[in-house]
This record gives sequence, structure tokens and C-alpha cells, in this order.
Amino acid sequence: MAGLSGRMSTVIKAKVSKVLDKAEDPGETLDYSYQKQLESLQKVKQGIAEVVTAKKRLQMQSEKLEQSVVKLDTQARQALAQGNEELAREALERKNVAQTELQSFDTQVAELEGQQQKLTDSEAKLRAKIEAFRTKKETIKAQYSAAEAQVRISEAATGVGEEMADVGLAMQRAVDKTEDMKARAAAVEELEAAGTFDDLTTLGDGNDDIDRQLAELSSASAVDDDMARMKAELGAGEPAGEIEPGEEPTK
Amino acid sequence: MIVRISSENQYRLDDDVIDRVNELDNAAVAAVDAGDREAFQRNFDQLLALVRSEGTALADDDLSASDVILPPDDLSFEEAGEEFTGEGLIPD
Repeated sequence: MAGLSGRMSTVIKAKVSKVLDKAEDPGETLDYSYQKQLESLQKVKQGIAEVVTAKKRLQMQSEKLEQSVVKLDTQARQALAQGNEELAREALERKNVAQTELQSFDTQVAELEGQQQKLTDSEAKLRAKIEAFRTKKETIKAQYSAAEAQVRISEAATGVGEEMADVGLAMQRAVDKTEDMKARAAAVEELEAAGTFDDLTTLGDGNDDIDRQLAELSSASAVDDDMARMKAELGAGEPAGEIEPGEEPTK
Repeated sequence: MIVRISSENQYRLDDDVIDRVNELDNAAVAAVDAGDREAFQRNFDQLLALVRSEGTALADDDLSASDVILPPDDLSFEEAGEEFTGEGLIPD
């Protein structure tokens, strides 16, 4: 069968035979294969631990962003209550960026969760196959001549090798995903470090680079909606348009 | 015939099922060539569903090698394209 499966099969078989070719005589193949299998299982365990660590880091990042959203919302409310619409808009724009990031974080954390589950399942399968191989190699050692043993060991080792190659692929995909997310998390941290989510009292005139980026990123309509809602809540029946920047709100 | 769905499981399939698997596989490949994202996803999903429903899962301690290896279910349209042009899912 060519198509989608063709290349996968070819590459995995090539990987398996590369492992098997390294050992020549049956005894060596047995020991070498078994040793390789145990090493591989150890790597899977390490890989799962790395995915878990990456996930935890992202969850912490996500919590921080949630706090930022609450803080910025409060600050926007305060600014608006003081009649500073400009500052309120700034805060809401930043809140919007944080919220957008938060959503994408949550999706990615869920994806990592899925990868972790797959890897855990794969590890259990690989462990079962290695155990079966261990049992089989004792039988082969006891019952077969060298030439026959070679064939039977190759068969058994191919089954384990295929599982190893498959776990390797799952691992690679999980690691790639984790790398993407690490880069994203680093980008958010950079934004934070640059003062994006700092106290709004330290804001400049709104013309620095981060502000321009923020303006591009944030959706104006979401900010407008937020503004209207806050004005309505604060104004308690007063028409929203009456609060002007810099003016004291009328009682 | 033994078919593996990558990062999932191995299944034993009857020959008549293999023919249907092959048809869906060809349709998925044709969709990738035609740049038809929707058709690729539909055929690929059907392909995996067919293997899961019609196949008998191999025991975890079964050491049989697979005759066919299918990509994982989270294969993206872009990755499917790379299967034919680039390095594929597994770098050599």
C-alpha cells in the first residue's frame, strides 16, 4: 500500500533494521536488543516527565494571565470612575490581549494533556512488549539452534522495534508541541517584562512600541463593548457618552 | 493483515476491509494533492474509524510486526503534504 501509510512503514522499518543490523550473532542480538529496549523505555519516561513539566509551567503562566485580566479590568473601572477614558481604554486593550493569549493557552494545555495521555499509553504498551520479548528470548535460547534462533529473534525484535519507533514518533510530536508553547510562553513573559501588564499609573503617553503592538493585536470592538458595559454599570442609568476624559463624573 | 495506527494501536484486519482502507487512503492522498483540506480530513477520519471498528486490536504483549503503518489521528493537512514532499513525520 502506497499513500499515507507507505512512507510511515518504510521509515519505521528502516529504523528497526538499522538497530538490528548492529548486532551479528544471535546471542548478541538478544542482549543488544533487550538493552536497547530498556534504554528506550527510560527515554519515554523522561519524555513524559518533560511534557508534564512544560504543562505545569504553562498552567502557571495561565494563572498569571488570569490575574492580569482581573487586575486590568479593575484598573479600567477605576480609571473610568475617575473620568479618565483614555487610561480606561488602554487598560481594556491590554486586558483584551491577555484574554486572547489566555484562550490560546488553554487550548494548548489541553492538547499537551492529550499528548501526555498518549505517551503514557505508549509507555505501557512498550513495557508489555519488552516483557514479552524477555520471556521469548529465554525460550529461544533454550530451544533453538543458532541459525533458527537468529530468525526468531529478528521477528520478535522487529515487533518491539516497531513499538519503539512509534513511541519515538509520539515523543517527537509532543516535544515539538512543547517547544512551540515554550516559545509562546517566553513571548508573553517578554511582554510582561516590557511593562505590558504593569501598574497603569506607570504608563507613558501611549506611543511606545509595546502600545502600538497592543493596539494592533487587540480587537477594538471588544474594547468598545467593555467600555460601554462599564460605563453603563458605573453611570447607573446615565447616558454613557457623558463621561469625558479628564472630567470629573457628575454625581 | 496487521495495521498500526501510529501512537495508538495495532489491529488485525480482513482482506476485504484492507481494500476499503486502501480506497480511503488513496482518496485522502488525492485530496492532499488537490489541496482539498475538507476532503482530506473526511477521508482520513473515515480511514482510521474503519480500522478501529473493523479491526481486532492486538494484545499489548503481541510481538507481531505491522504490514501497514498509518499516521497518527492528529495528523494535520500540512503534515500530510510533507509526507509526500518533505522529510515526513519522522526525520530520517
